[in-house]
Amino acid sequence: MQKTLKPNPFVDMVDKIGGAADTIGRDFYFFVCFLGLLLKATKDIIRHPGKLRIKDMLYYMDLCGSQAVPIVLCICYLMGVILGFQFALQAQKVGAEIYVADGVGFSILKELGPFMVAIISTGRAGSAFAAEIGTMKVNEEISALQTMGFSPVGFLVVPKLLAMLLTMPILIVFGDFAGLLGGFTVGVTMMDLTPVAYIDRTFEVLLPSTLTMGVLKGLVFATIISLVGCMRGFQSTSDAQGVGRSTTSAVVTSIFLVVVADAILTRLYTMWGY
Amino acid sequence: MSAKGKKIVEVENLSVGYGNNLVLKDINFTVNTGDIFGILGDSGAGKSTLLKHMIGLYNPFSGDVKIFGESIVNCAEYEKNKLMRSFGVTYQGGALLGSMTVGENIALPIETYTDLNKTDILKRIKEKLALVDLVGTEDVMPSELSGGMKKRAGLARALALNPSLLFFDEPSAGLDPITSVELDELLSRLRDQFNTTIVIVTHELASIFGITDTIIMLSKDAKTMVAEGDPKELREKSTSPWVHDFLNRQEHNKAKQNIKYETGDFL
Repeated sequence: MQKTLKPNPFVDMVDKIGGAADTIGRDFYFFVCFLGLLLKATKDIIRHPGKLRIKDMLYYMDLCGSQAVPIVLCICYLMGVILGFQFALQAQKVGAEIYVADGVGFSILKELGPFMVAIISTGRAGSAFAAEIGTMKVNEEISALQTMGFSPVGFLVVPKLLAMLLTMPILIVFGDFAGLLGGFTVGVTMMDLTPVAYIDRTFEVLLPSTLTMGVLKGLVFATIISLVGCMRGFQSTSDAQGVGRSTTSAVVTSIFLVVVADAILTRLYTMWGY
Repeated sequence: MSAKGKKIVEVENLSVGYGNNLVLKDINFTVNTGDIFGILGDSGAGKSTLLKHMIGLYNPFSGDVKIFGESIVNCAEYEKNKLMRSFGVTYQGGALLGSMTVGENIALPIETYTDLNKTDILKRIKEKLALVDLVGTEDVMPSELSGGMKKRAGLARALALNPSLLFFDEPSAGLDPITSVELDELLSRLRDQFNTTIVIVTHELASIFGITDTIIMLSKDAKTMVAEGDPKELREKSTSPWVHDFLNRQEHNKAKQNIKYETGDFL
Protein backbone atom coordinates (compact mmCIF):
# COMPACT_ATOMS: atom_id res chain seq x y z
CA MET A 1 0.00 0.00 0.00
CA GLN A 2 1.27 3.43 -0.91
CA LYS A 3 2.18 5.53 2.07
CA THR A 4 0.99 9.15 1.98
CA LEU A 5 3.32 11.70 3.47
CA LYS A 6 1.78 14.07 6.00
CA PRO A 7 2.36 17.73 5.10
CA ASN A 8 4.92 19.21 7.42
CA PRO A 9 4.28 22.95 7.96
CA PHE A 10 7.88 23.56 8.99
CA VAL A 11 9.29 21.91 5.86
CA ASP A 12 6.78 23.84 3.74
CA MET A 13 7.82 27.09 5.37
CA VAL A 14 11.54 26.38 4.87
CA ASP A 15 10.80 25.41 1.27
CA LYS A 16 8.95 28.67 0.65
CA ILE A 17 11.66 30.77 2.30
CA GLY A 18 14.30 28.95 0.25
CA GLY A 19 12.32 29.52 -2.95
CA ALA A 20 11.88 33.20 -2.18
CA ALA A 21 15.58 33.61 -1.36
CA ASP A 22 16.48 31.88 -4.62
CA THR A 23 14.19 34.22 -6.59
CA ILE A 24 15.64 37.29 -4.86
CA GLY A 25 19.18 36.02 -5.48
CA ARG A 26 18.48 35.42 -9.17
CA ASP A 27 16.80 38.83 -9.48
CA PHE A 28 19.79 40.50 -7.87
CA TYR A 29 22.22 38.68 -10.16
CA PHE A 30 20.14 39.63 -13.20
CA PHE A 31 19.97 43.24 -11.99
CA VAL A 32 23.75 43.46 -11.56
CA CYS A 33 24.27 42.08 -15.09
CA PHE A 34 21.59 44.42 -16.45
CA LEU A 35 23.19 47.41 -14.70
CA GLY A 36 26.59 46.46 -16.11
CA LEU A 37 25.17 46.34 -19.65
CA LEU A 38 23.40 49.65 -19.09
CA LEU A 39 26.59 51.35 -17.90
CA LYS A 40 28.44 49.95 -20.89
CA ALA A 41 25.73 51.13 -23.28
CA THR A 42 25.65 54.58 -21.61
CA LYS A 43 29.43 54.89 -21.93
CA ASP A 44 29.15 53.90 -25.58
CA ILE A 45 26.47 56.55 -26.19
CA ILE A 46 28.50 59.23 -24.39
CA ARG A 47 31.46 58.40 -26.66
CA HIS A 48 29.25 58.25 -29.77
CA PRO A 49 26.24 60.53 -29.15
CA GLY A 50 24.96 59.74 -32.64
CA LYS A 51 23.99 56.30 -31.37
CA LEU A 52 21.34 57.75 -29.07
CA ARG A 53 17.92 57.10 -30.58
CA ILE A 54 16.58 60.63 -30.18
CA LYS A 55 13.35 59.87 -32.06
CA ASP A 56 12.58 57.06 -29.61
CA MET A 57 13.48 59.29 -26.66
CA LEU A 58 11.06 61.99 -27.86
CA TYR A 59 8.35 59.35 -28.27
CA TYR A 60 8.82 58.20 -24.68
CA MET A 61 8.97 61.80 -23.43
CA ASP A 62 5.57 62.28 -25.00
CA LEU A 63 4.25 58.97 -23.63
CA CYS A 64 5.60 59.36 -20.11
CA GLY A 65 5.50 63.15 -19.92
CA SER A 66 3.00 65.18 -21.87
CA GLN A 67 0.37 62.43 -22.06
CA ALA A 68 0.56 62.00 -18.29
CA VAL A 69 -0.03 65.69 -17.49
CA PRO A 70 -3.87 65.57 -17.27
CA ILE A 71 -3.95 62.58 -14.89
CA VAL A 72 -1.10 64.03 -12.79
CA LEU A 73 -2.92 67.37 -12.48
CA CYS A 74 -6.20 65.66 -11.63
CA ILE A 75 -4.83 63.26 -9.00
CA CYS A 76 -2.49 65.76 -7.36
CA TYR A 77 -5.26 68.37 -7.21
CA LEU A 78 -7.56 65.87 -5.49
CA MET A 79 -4.73 64.87 -3.18
CA GLY A 80 -4.35 68.56 -2.24
CA VAL A 81 -8.09 68.77 -1.58
CA ILE A 82 -8.05 65.63 0.62
CA LEU A 83 -5.05 66.87 2.57
CA GLY A 84 -6.67 70.30 2.91
CA PHE A 85 -9.80 68.71 4.37
CA GLN A 86 -7.84 66.67 6.89
CA PHE A 87 -5.64 69.57 7.97
CA ALA A 88 -8.67 71.86 8.14
CA LEU A 89 -10.53 69.52 10.49
CA GLN A 90 -7.59 69.42 12.90
CA ALA A 91 -6.64 73.09 12.55
CA GLN A 92 -10.21 74.25 13.27
CA LYS A 93 -10.05 72.60 16.70
CA VAL A 94 -7.26 74.93 17.82
CA GLY A 95 -8.16 77.93 15.71
CA ALA A 96 -5.06 77.62 13.55
CA GLU A 97 -6.73 77.59 10.14
CA ILE A 98 -3.90 79.42 8.41
CA TYR A 99 -1.59 76.49 9.07
CA VAL A 100 -3.52 74.47 6.53
CA ALA A 101 -1.29 76.19 3.96
CA ASP A 102 1.81 74.91 5.82
CA GLY A 103 0.52 71.36 6.09
CA VAL A 104 -0.64 71.07 2.51
CA GLY A 105 2.40 72.86 1.11
CA PHE A 106 5.01 70.77 2.90
CA SER A 107 3.18 67.48 2.42
CA ILE A 108 2.70 68.02 -1.28
CA LEU A 109 6.11 69.46 -2.15
CA LYS A 110 8.20 67.17 0.02
CA GLU A 111 6.29 63.89 -0.17
CA LEU A 112 3.01 63.46 -1.93
CA GLY A 113 3.73 65.39 -5.13
CA PRO A 114 6.79 63.32 -6.09
CA PHE A 115 5.26 60.14 -4.69
CA MET A 116 1.94 60.41 -6.53
CA VAL A 117 3.71 61.26 -9.78
CA ALA A 118 5.94 58.22 -9.24
CA ILE A 119 2.91 55.98 -8.69
CA ILE A 120 1.19 57.34 -11.81
CA SER A 121 4.40 56.91 -13.83
CA THR A 122 4.76 53.35 -12.58
CA GLY A 123 1.27 52.55 -13.82
CA ARG A 124 1.74 54.32 -17.12
CA ALA A 125 5.41 54.07 -18.05
CA GLY A 126 6.83 51.19 -15.99
CA SER A 127 4.14 48.76 -17.09
CA ALA A 128 4.37 49.98 -20.71
CA PHE A 129 8.15 49.44 -20.74
CA ALA A 130 7.83 45.90 -19.37
CA ALA A 131 5.02 44.98 -21.76
CA GLU A 132 6.80 46.49 -24.75
CA ILE A 133 10.12 44.75 -24.15
CA GLY A 134 8.37 41.50 -23.18
CA THR A 135 6.38 41.52 -26.41
CA MET A 136 9.52 42.29 -28.39
CA LYS A 137 11.06 39.24 -26.79
CA VAL A 138 8.09 37.09 -27.80
CA ASN A 139 8.35 38.41 -31.38
CA GLU A 140 12.11 37.74 -31.45
CA GLU A 141 12.76 41.45 -32.04
CA ILE A 142 15.35 41.42 -29.24
CA SER A 143 17.15 38.50 -30.91
CA ALA A 144 16.98 40.38 -34.22
CA LEU A 145 18.59 43.44 -32.62
CA GLN A 146 21.36 41.26 -31.19
CA THR A 147 22.09 39.57 -34.49
CA MET A 148 22.23 42.98 -36.18
CA GLY A 149 25.00 43.81 -33.71
CA PHE A 150 22.99 46.22 -31.55
CA SER A 151 23.01 46.18 -27.76
CA PRO A 152 19.33 45.69 -26.82
CA VAL A 153 19.97 47.53 -23.57
CA GLY A 154 21.51 50.53 -25.33
CA PHE A 155 18.85 50.48 -28.01
CA LEU A 156 15.81 50.06 -25.80
CA VAL A 157 16.64 51.12 -22.25
CA VAL A 158 18.74 54.27 -22.61
CA PRO A 159 16.07 56.30 -24.51
CA LYS A 160 13.42 55.27 -21.97
CA LEU A 161 15.63 56.11 -19.00
CA LEU A 162 16.60 59.52 -20.40
CA ALA A 163 12.99 60.32 -21.27
CA MET A 164 11.90 59.51 -17.73
CA LEU A 165 14.77 61.49 -16.18
CA LEU A 166 13.82 64.51 -18.26
CA THR A 167 10.06 64.37 -17.83
CA MET A 168 9.62 63.24 -14.24
CA PRO A 169 10.92 66.47 -12.60
CA ILE A 170 8.65 68.53 -14.86
CA LEU A 171 5.68 66.32 -14.02
CA ILE A 172 6.46 66.75 -10.33
CA VAL A 173 6.40 70.53 -10.67
CA PHE A 174 3.00 70.27 -12.37
CA GLY A 175 1.80 67.86 -9.67
CA ASP A 176 3.05 70.16 -6.89
CA PHE A 177 1.24 73.12 -8.41
CA ALA A 178 -2.02 71.14 -8.72
CA GLY A 179 -1.71 69.87 -5.14
CA LEU A 180 -1.17 73.38 -3.80
CA LEU A 181 -4.19 74.50 -5.78
CA GLY A 182 -6.25 71.75 -4.14
CA GLY A 183 -5.23 72.95 -0.67
CA PHE A 184 -5.92 76.53 -1.72
CA THR A 185 -9.43 75.55 -2.84
CA VAL A 186 -10.23 74.02 0.55
CA GLY A 187 -8.56 76.88 2.47
CA VAL A 188 -10.50 79.57 0.63
CA THR A 189 -13.88 77.83 0.34
CA MET A 190 -14.09 76.01 3.68
CA MET A 191 -11.89 77.91 6.06
CA ASP A 192 -12.93 81.44 5.13
CA LEU A 193 -9.30 82.34 4.49
CA THR A 194 -8.74 85.08 1.94
CA PRO A 195 -6.88 83.99 -1.21
CA VAL A 196 -4.17 86.55 -0.53
CA ALA A 197 -3.64 85.32 3.04
CA TYR A 198 -3.41 81.70 1.90
CA ILE A 199 -0.98 82.47 -0.92
CA ASP A 200 1.13 84.75 1.30
CA ARG A 201 1.39 82.03 3.94
CA THR A 202 2.30 79.44 1.33
CA PHE A 203 5.12 81.57 -0.08
CA GLU A 204 6.25 82.45 3.42
CA VAL A 205 6.80 78.88 4.56
CA LEU A 206 7.77 77.11 1.35
CA LEU A 207 11.32 77.71 0.19
CA PRO A 208 12.73 77.00 -3.27
CA SER A 209 14.77 74.23 -1.64
CA THR A 210 11.55 72.50 -0.53
CA LEU A 211 10.49 72.26 -4.15
CA THR A 212 13.97 71.30 -5.35
CA MET A 213 14.38 68.45 -2.87
CA GLY A 214 11.06 66.98 -3.94
CA VAL A 215 11.98 67.30 -7.58
CA LEU A 216 15.33 65.62 -6.92
CA LYS A 217 13.46 62.67 -5.45
CA GLY A 218 11.81 62.41 -8.83
CA LEU A 219 15.15 61.63 -10.48
CA VAL A 220 15.63 58.66 -8.18
CA PHE A 221 12.05 57.49 -8.76
CA ALA A 222 12.42 57.87 -12.54
CA THR A 223 15.54 55.72 -12.49
CA ILE A 224 13.83 53.03 -10.42
CA ILE A 225 10.66 52.94 -12.54
CA SER A 226 12.41 52.81 -15.91
CA LEU A 227 15.07 50.29 -14.89
CA VAL A 228 12.64 47.96 -13.13
CA GLY A 229 10.15 48.20 -16.03
CA CYS A 230 12.82 47.42 -18.63
CA MET A 231 14.46 44.71 -16.54
CA ARG A 232 11.17 42.90 -15.98
CA GLY A 233 10.55 43.10 -19.72
CA PHE A 234 13.88 41.41 -20.43
CA GLN A 235 13.11 38.80 -17.77
CA SER A 236 9.77 37.99 -19.37
CA THR A 237 9.32 34.47 -20.69
CA SER A 238 8.47 34.20 -24.37
CA ASP A 239 4.72 33.76 -24.05
CA ALA A 240 1.67 35.97 -23.53
CA GLN A 241 1.26 35.00 -19.88
CA GLY A 242 4.94 35.71 -19.31
CA VAL A 243 4.46 39.26 -20.61
CA GLY A 244 1.48 39.70 -18.29
CA ARG A 245 3.45 38.44 -15.31
CA SER A 246 6.42 40.67 -16.09
CA THR A 247 4.15 43.71 -16.39
CA THR A 248 2.50 43.01 -13.03
CA SER A 249 5.87 42.36 -11.47
CA ALA A 250 7.24 45.63 -12.90
CA VAL A 251 4.47 47.62 -11.25
CA VAL A 252 4.63 45.84 -7.89
CA THR A 253 8.44 45.93 -7.69
CA SER A 254 8.58 49.59 -8.76
CA ILE A 255 6.01 50.69 -6.19
CA PHE A 256 7.82 48.78 -3.45
CA LEU A 257 11.22 50.22 -4.39
CA VAL A 258 9.81 53.74 -4.77
CA VAL A 259 8.40 53.54 -1.22
CA VAL A 260 11.71 52.22 0.11
CA ALA A 261 13.66 54.93 -1.74
CA ASP A 262 11.24 57.59 -0.49
CA ALA A 263 11.71 56.45 3.10
CA ILE A 264 15.51 56.52 2.74
CA LEU A 265 15.52 59.92 1.02
CA THR A 266 13.17 61.42 3.61
CA ARG A 267 15.48 60.20 6.37
CA LEU A 268 18.52 61.62 4.58
CA TYR A 269 16.82 64.98 3.97
CA THR A 270 15.85 65.14 7.65
CA MET A 271 19.44 64.42 8.63
CA TRP A 272 20.63 67.22 6.34
CA GLY A 273 18.11 69.60 7.90
CA TYR A 274 15.55 69.87 5.08
CA MET B 1 37.03 30.85 -60.07
CA SER B 2 33.88 29.95 -58.21
CA ALA B 3 34.09 30.10 -54.44
CA LYS B 4 31.74 27.14 -54.22
CA GLY B 5 32.98 24.43 -51.91
CA LYS B 6 34.76 26.66 -49.42
CA LYS B 7 33.74 26.04 -45.82
CA ILE B 8 31.71 28.97 -44.55
CA VAL B 9 30.14 27.54 -41.38
CA GLU B 10 31.85 24.88 -39.28
CA VAL B 11 30.07 23.30 -36.35
CA GLU B 12 32.41 21.22 -34.21
CA ASN B 13 31.35 18.88 -31.39
CA LEU B 14 28.58 21.24 -30.39
CA SER B 15 26.41 20.47 -27.37
CA VAL B 16 23.62 22.93 -26.67
CA GLY B 17 20.73 23.46 -24.29
CA TYR B 18 19.13 25.80 -21.80
CA GLY B 19 20.00 25.93 -18.10
CA ASN B 20 20.79 22.35 -17.11
CA ASN B 21 18.70 20.88 -19.91
CA LEU B 22 20.80 19.36 -22.68
CA VAL B 23 18.94 19.58 -25.98
CA LEU B 24 21.55 18.41 -28.51
CA LYS B 25 25.01 16.88 -28.25
CA ASP B 26 27.93 16.07 -30.54
CA ILE B 27 26.77 18.07 -33.52
CA ASN B 28 29.32 18.21 -36.35
CA PHE B 29 28.79 19.55 -39.84
CA THR B 30 30.04 22.12 -42.29
CA VAL B 31 28.21 24.40 -44.68
CA ASN B 32 29.92 25.25 -47.95
CA THR B 33 29.76 28.47 -49.91
CA GLY B 34 26.75 28.74 -52.18
CA ASP B 35 24.90 25.87 -50.54
CA ILE B 36 21.35 25.89 -49.32
CA PHE B 37 21.72 23.88 -46.16
CA GLY B 38 18.69 22.50 -44.32
CA ILE B 39 18.35 21.66 -40.65
CA LEU B 40 15.49 19.19 -40.36
CA GLY B 41 14.02 17.28 -37.46
CA ASP B 42 10.90 16.36 -35.56
CA SER B 43 9.12 18.83 -33.32
CA GLY B 44 11.16 19.64 -30.22
CA ALA B 45 14.34 18.18 -31.71
CA GLY B 46 16.17 21.47 -31.17
CA LYS B 47 16.35 22.88 -34.71
CA SER B 48 15.77 26.50 -33.68
CA THR B 49 17.90 25.99 -30.56
CA LEU B 50 20.78 24.86 -32.75
CA LEU B 51 20.30 27.85 -35.03
CA LYS B 52 20.28 30.29 -32.09
CA HIS B 53 23.57 28.81 -30.87
CA MET B 54 25.06 28.93 -34.36
CA ILE B 55 24.35 32.65 -34.70
CA GLY B 56 25.79 33.45 -31.28
CA LEU B 57 22.61 34.28 -29.38
CA TYR B 58 23.42 31.64 -26.77
CA ASN B 59 26.63 30.08 -25.56
CA PRO B 60 26.84 26.32 -26.08
CA PHE B 61 27.65 23.82 -23.33
CA SER B 62 30.68 22.74 -25.32
CA GLY B 63 32.05 22.74 -28.83
CA ASP B 64 32.59 25.51 -31.33
CA VAL B 65 30.93 27.27 -34.25
CA LYS B 66 33.15 28.94 -36.82
CA ILE B 67 31.70 31.39 -39.29
CA PHE B 68 34.00 32.55 -42.10
CA GLY B 69 36.73 30.70 -40.20
CA GLU B 70 36.27 32.72 -37.00
CA SER B 71 34.84 31.28 -33.79
CA ILE B 72 31.61 32.92 -32.67
CA VAL B 73 31.84 31.07 -29.35
CA ASN B 74 35.35 31.81 -28.18
CA CYS B 75 35.76 35.46 -29.03
CA ALA B 76 35.52 38.87 -27.37
CA GLU B 77 32.13 40.54 -27.41
CA TYR B 78 33.08 43.25 -29.90
CA GLU B 79 34.44 40.58 -32.25
CA LYS B 80 31.21 38.63 -31.85
CA ASN B 81 29.17 41.73 -32.72
CA LYS B 82 31.36 42.32 -35.75
CA LEU B 83 30.94 38.71 -36.82
CA MET B 84 27.17 38.91 -36.31
CA ARG B 85 26.99 41.82 -38.73
CA SER B 86 28.62 39.72 -41.43
CA PHE B 87 25.58 37.48 -41.84
CA GLY B 88 21.83 38.00 -42.04
CA VAL B 89 19.19 36.30 -39.94
CA THR B 90 15.48 36.02 -40.68
CA TYR B 91 13.23 34.88 -37.86
CA GLN B 92 10.01 32.88 -37.93
CA GLY B 93 7.71 35.89 -37.74
CA GLY B 94 10.04 38.33 -39.47
CA ALA B 95 10.96 40.01 -36.14
CA LEU B 96 10.52 43.46 -37.63
CA LEU B 97 10.70 46.24 -35.07
CA GLY B 98 7.04 47.13 -34.60
CA SER B 99 7.65 50.81 -33.87
CA MET B 100 9.33 51.40 -37.23
CA THR B 101 8.10 51.26 -40.81
CA VAL B 102 9.39 48.55 -43.12
CA GLY B 103 11.74 51.08 -44.72
CA GLU B 104 13.10 52.20 -41.35
CA ASN B 105 13.65 48.57 -40.37
CA ILE B 106 15.76 47.98 -43.46
CA ALA B 107 17.53 51.31 -43.07
CA LEU B 108 18.53 50.59 -39.46
CA PRO B 109 21.64 48.44 -40.12
CA ILE B 110 22.54 50.47 -43.21
CA GLU B 111 22.49 53.79 -41.32
CA THR B 112 24.46 52.32 -38.44
CA TYR B 113 27.14 50.38 -40.25
CA THR B 114 27.69 52.14 -43.57
CA ASP B 115 28.59 55.66 -44.65
CA LEU B 116 25.88 55.81 -47.28
CA ASN B 117 23.99 59.10 -47.63
CA LYS B 118 20.20 59.34 -47.41
CA THR B 119 19.67 59.02 -51.17
CA ASP B 120 21.80 55.90 -51.38
CA ILE B 121 20.10 54.41 -48.32
CA LEU B 122 16.70 54.97 -49.92
CA LYS B 123 17.98 53.39 -53.11
CA ARG B 124 19.26 50.35 -51.17
CA ILE B 125 15.91 50.02 -49.35
CA LYS B 126 13.99 50.04 -52.65
CA GLU B 127 16.45 47.58 -54.16
CA LYS B 128 16.06 45.13 -51.26
CA LEU B 129 12.29 45.45 -51.25
CA ALA B 130 12.21 44.79 -54.99
CA LEU B 131 14.33 41.70 -54.44
CA VAL B 132 11.71 40.25 -52.09
CA ASP B 133 8.73 41.45 -54.17
CA LEU B 134 7.60 44.09 -51.70
CA VAL B 135 7.92 47.20 -53.83
CA GLY B 136 6.15 50.23 -52.35
CA THR B 137 5.94 49.02 -48.76
CA GLU B 138 8.63 51.33 -47.38
CA ASP B 139 6.17 53.40 -45.37
CA VAL B 140 4.00 50.53 -44.20
CA MET B 141 4.05 49.50 -40.54
CA PRO B 142 4.87 45.82 -39.88
CA SER B 143 1.46 45.33 -38.22
CA GLU B 144 -0.19 46.04 -41.58
CA LEU B 145 1.65 43.21 -43.36
CA SER B 146 0.55 39.61 -43.76
CA GLY B 147 2.64 36.76 -42.31
CA GLY B 148 4.37 36.02 -45.61
CA MET B 149 5.05 39.70 -46.25
CA LYS B 150 6.55 40.08 -42.78
CA LYS B 151 8.93 37.21 -43.49
CA ARG B 152 9.94 38.75 -46.81
CA ALA B 153 10.40 42.17 -45.20
CA GLY B 154 12.52 40.49 -42.52
CA LEU B 155 14.52 38.89 -45.32
CA ALA B 156 14.98 42.30 -46.96
CA ARG B 157 16.35 43.64 -43.66
CA ALA B 158 18.63 40.62 -43.28
CA LEU B 159 19.97 41.36 -46.78
CA ALA B 160 20.45 45.07 -46.09
CA LEU B 161 24.21 44.81 -45.63
CA ASN B 162 24.60 42.41 -48.59
CA PRO B 163 25.66 39.41 -46.50
CA SER B 164 27.05 36.34 -48.20
CA LEU B 165 25.56 34.11 -45.51
CA LEU B 166 21.93 33.97 -44.47
CA PHE B 167 20.20 32.05 -41.70
CA PHE B 168 16.45 31.53 -42.01
CA ASP B 169 14.35 30.09 -39.20
CA GLU B 170 11.26 28.26 -40.48
CA PRO B 171 10.70 30.07 -43.78
CA SER B 172 7.48 28.15 -44.48
CA ALA B 173 5.94 28.11 -41.00
CA GLY B 174 2.42 29.52 -40.96
CA LEU B 175 2.32 30.19 -44.68
CA ASP B 176 -0.07 28.84 -47.28
CA PRO B 177 1.52 26.41 -49.79
CA ILE B 178 1.68 28.97 -52.62
CA THR B 179 3.38 31.65 -50.52
CA SER B 180 5.65 28.98 -49.12
CA VAL B 181 6.75 27.90 -52.60
CA GLU B 182 7.25 31.56 -53.59
CA LEU B 183 9.53 32.05 -50.59
CA ASP B 184 11.48 28.91 -51.48
CA GLU B 185 11.91 30.23 -55.04
CA LEU B 186 13.10 33.53 -53.64
CA LEU B 187 15.77 31.76 -51.57
CA SER B 188 16.88 29.76 -54.61
CA ARG B 189 17.07 32.97 -56.63
CA LEU B 190 19.19 34.62 -53.95
CA ARG B 191 21.63 31.75 -54.07
CA ASP B 192 21.75 31.66 -57.84
CA GLN B 193 22.08 35.43 -58.34
CA PHE B 194 24.40 36.34 -55.49
CA ASN B 195 25.97 33.02 -54.50
CA THR B 196 24.50 33.56 -51.04
CA THR B 197 24.95 30.65 -48.67
CA ILE B 198 21.67 29.92 -46.93
CA VAL B 199 21.04 27.86 -43.80
CA ILE B 200 17.38 27.12 -43.22
CA VAL B 201 15.63 25.47 -40.32
CA THR B 202 12.47 23.75 -41.42
CA HIS B 203 10.24 20.75 -41.04
CA GLU B 204 8.67 21.26 -44.49
CA LEU B 205 9.68 18.35 -46.68
CA ALA B 206 8.62 20.23 -49.79
CA SER B 207 11.18 22.95 -49.02
CA ILE B 208 13.82 20.39 -48.13
CA PHE B 209 13.47 18.46 -51.40
CA GLY B 210 12.77 21.61 -53.40
CA ILE B 211 15.71 23.82 -52.58
CA THR B 212 18.30 22.32 -50.24
CA ASP B 213 21.60 20.83 -51.37
CA THR B 214 22.52 19.24 -48.07
CA ILE B 215 20.62 18.57 -44.87
CA ILE B 216 21.23 17.34 -41.39
CA MET B 217 18.48 15.57 -39.48
CA LEU B 218 18.04 16.03 -35.75
CA SER B 219 16.22 13.58 -33.54
CA LYS B 220 14.46 14.51 -30.33
CA ASP B 221 14.95 11.02 -28.89
CA ALA B 222 18.62 10.67 -29.81
CA LYS B 223 19.33 14.31 -28.87
CA THR B 224 21.79 14.54 -31.73
CA MET B 225 22.03 14.56 -35.50
CA VAL B 226 21.17 11.23 -37.02
CA ALA B 227 21.83 11.88 -40.70
CA GLU B 228 23.66 14.22 -43.03
CA GLY B 229 23.72 14.42 -46.78
CA ASP B 230 21.79 15.08 -49.96
CA PRO B 231 18.07 14.98 -49.02
CA LYS B 232 17.03 12.92 -52.04
CA GLU B 233 19.80 10.41 -51.49
CA LEU B 234 18.88 10.14 -47.82
CA ARG B 235 15.26 9.55 -48.73
CA GLU B 236 16.17 6.70 -51.04
CA LYS B 237 19.26 5.17 -49.50
CA SER B 238 19.24 5.90 -45.78
CA THR B 239 19.72 2.76 -43.72
CA SER B 240 18.23 4.42 -40.64
CA PRO B 241 14.55 3.40 -40.37
CA TRP B 242 13.69 6.66 -38.60
CA VAL B 243 15.31 8.82 -41.29
CA HIS B 244 13.78 6.71 -44.04
CA ASP B 245 10.37 6.88 -42.36
CA PHE B 246 10.59 10.59 -41.73
CA LEU B 247 11.61 11.48 -45.27
CA ASN B 248 9.32 9.03 -47.02
CA ARG B 249 6.16 8.58 -45.03
CA GLN B 250 5.16 12.23 -44.96
CA GLU B 251 5.98 12.51 -48.63
CA HIS B 252 3.76 9.49 -49.33
CA ASN B 253 0.95 11.01 -47.30
CA LYS B 254 1.31 14.22 -49.24
CA ALA B 255 1.25 12.31 -52.52
CA LYS B 256 -1.94 10.53 -51.44
CA GLN B 257 -3.54 13.84 -50.52
CA ASN B 258 -2.63 15.27 -53.92
CA ILE B 259 -4.23 12.30 -55.69
CA LYS B 260 -7.39 12.66 -53.63
CA TYR B 261 -7.48 16.36 -54.34
CA GLU B 262 -7.05 15.90 -58.07
CA THR B 263 -9.79 13.27 -58.29
CA GLY B 264 -12.15 15.25 -56.09
CA ASP B 265 -12.20 12.28 -53.77
CA PHE B 266 -10.78 14.10 -50.79
CA LEU B 267 -14.13 14.57 -49.06
